[in-house]
Amino acid sequence: MSRSDGILASMSDWFDDVLWDKLPAMPLGAWFADIVNWCKVELRSLFRSLSDGIEALVEGLTDVLTFLPSVVMVLLFAGLALWLKGWKFGLTTLLTFLLVAWTPFWEQSMMTLALVLVASALALALAIPIGVLASENPWVSKVAKPVLDLMQTMPAFVYLIPAISFFSVGVVPGVVATVVFCMPPGVRLTELGLRQVDKEVVEAGESFGASPATILGRIKLPLALPTIMAGVNQVIMLALSMVVIAGMVGGDGLGKVIMSALNNVDLARGFNAGLAVVIIAIFLDRISHAIGSRTKVARAQSAMARD
Amino acid sequence: MTEVEKVSNNPDVADGDGQPAITVESVYKIFGRRAARAVDALSDGQHRDTIKNMDVTAAVIDADFEVQPGEIFVVMGLSGSGKSTLIRMLNGLLEPTSGTVSVDGVVLNNLPAKQLRQVRRDKISMVFQHFALLPHRTVFDNVAFGLEVAGHPAAARKEKATEAIEMVGLTGWEDKLPSQLSGGMRQRVGLARALAAGTDIMLMDEAFSALDPLIRREIQDQLLVLQKQLQKTIVFITHDLNEAMRLGDRIAVMRDGRIVQIGTAEEILTQPANDYVAEFIADVDRTRVLTAASVMDPPPTGKVDKSGLVVDEDTPVADLFGPVSESNLPLQVTNADGRLVGVIPRLTLLNALSQVNGEVEPDESADSSHDGEVTTA
Repeated sequence: MSRSDGILASMSDWFDDVLWDKLPAMPLGAWFADIVNWCKVELRSLFRSLSDGIEALVEGLTDVLTFLPSVVMVLLFAGLALWLKGWKFGLTTLLTFLLVAWTPFWEQSMMTLALVLVASALALALAIPIGVLASENPWVSKVAKPVLDLMQTMPAFVYLIPAISFFSVGVVPGVVATVVFCMPPGVRLTELGLRQVDKEVVEAGESFGASPATILGRIKLPLALPTIMAGVNQVIMLALSMVVIAGMVGGDGLGKVIMSALNNVDLARGFNAGLAVVIIAIFLDRISHAIGSRTKVARAQSAMARD
Repeated sequence: MTEVEKVSNNPDVADGDGQPAITVESVYKIFGRRAARAVDALSDGQHRDTIKNMDVTAAVIDADFEVQPGEIFVVMGLSGSGKSTLIRMLNGLLEPTSGTVSVDGVVLNNLPAKQLRQVRRDKISMVFQHFALLPHRTVFDNVAFGLEVAGHPAAARKEKATEAIEMVGLTGWEDKLPSQLSGGMRQRVGLARALAAGTDIMLMDEAFSALDPLIRREIQDQLLVLQKQLQKTIVFITHDLNEAMRLGDRIAVMRDGRIVQIGTAEEILTQPANDYVAEFIADVDRTRVLTAASVMDPPPTGKVDKSGLVVDEDTPVADLFGPVSESNLPLQVTNADGRLVGVIPRLTLLNALSQVNGEVEPDESADSSHDGEVTTA
């Protein structure tokens, strides 16, 4: 035992001598930091206007969501749930949202909702066109794949570091980090949905002389919409989980409440805020799912399944 | 064995300016990187299995034929024989590896995408095996799809689509979704979509193969009725020999990427080009395909005898037994003008039966001047 330990130790020393000690420190992280710093200096005005835009969006939406008294808003949410899914979900929404309104965090909850909606909208505005490109062009697809893997597996906190250095603390770095974190399923499911469209139907479009744009707009996208909507659902769910983490960088909302509860070891306060997050998550999940199943193709397919 | 038997074009087919609707000249389609080298090897007559090691798939090898305006040209072969690849080269969905395809005199090879789309809008439409309807569009909107793509105004779309829907007998179903229709009805929507486009040429890729036998027969009949009235040029792909015989003015038999024989149903039955075709047609009920003209004896006199029974030369052999049993005189066979062209005594009919239902030997030396008589053994 001790002999083999000795051999391994001397091997390790030998590697240190001939290899590791001769190499400089692993530079990838430093390079990434250099790129971020360069961008920060050179693209300052771009980030400034981006920051202003995002801030205006979030604040505007928060103002809308908090304009009416909480009870009225709860009724509106319940009405939406009733219309899209039926009375059971309407009732569930009414009761759970009343619970949120009962906590002292109604305003923060609406702010979190605004953050999620803005971040999801921005992420989808980027993800869907990239997904379309990736489905049409194998090279875009090949490049996008590892980048999306990186975006999805890099620990979420890491995004906050460059986000802070670009946008300093506040709402904006949280939104930007959230957009990066929640985008991948939007791209992936858009690409998948478009690739899964029946080849014969696409051929039918071609054989009647439809242009690629017509085929995309009138055949592929409508047929891929149920899958794309599944992607939208995923994006919203990831955005919600990230928005809480974004509370660490000073973004207002439930994230901030949870961070302060963590700092003060205030379990009751943390639990209430966490429960509000769960309630919003379930609401957004069911609503986006319901919208997905109301697309024409999804309805035609479910009609076929009933045959 | 691989020699293609070429038969003169069907004289029944009306032919306006003498230009074929579709011309296919030494067309090859080979998938794989070394396609060009594979063409060289195959044009020397090698079988496609011998070039497997070149890592290519030869789907269509040296196809050469013309389709005349107004005829139904059937391409028949088993799966993997290359017939689907062949039909997709006729409207440019696939580009031939070598050889040329022209439609109405326009060569499709290397045609810019925009012009190719224009050819598809104006000249060729297509019906698909699995219907290829848009599930989120109503019957009407599916039928109007080709017109919409071609940029017709809404009023013209409505008129033409309504007319096409009426032709296939789906009036009243315009607002239904495809999922609310049966398989046969869905394919009639596919057919109406092709008809509404108003093109002279229709490509039908295994169009009826996904339907069950009764529905298939019904829609075949409907196609034949429509064809009488519309005189479209139809290229019909099928793996079903009976369907080929029922629909085709001429039939091209494909095997392993090559066309092994082109001819009328009768020619293929009486003079199969090789063992493969002979085996293929072994189970066909010949009395339904062969006609009075193909079994008759030459007429003793030039005039119709009023006391005997008269049949048309296109009458299937199966329908001759009734008349033959009713009269002791030979049946008299007349052509479309009412002129006597032959006679069929009972003995001749029985003889013909023993021949047509017996083993047909492949006729390697089958000549193209054959005009319908059964050669005596």
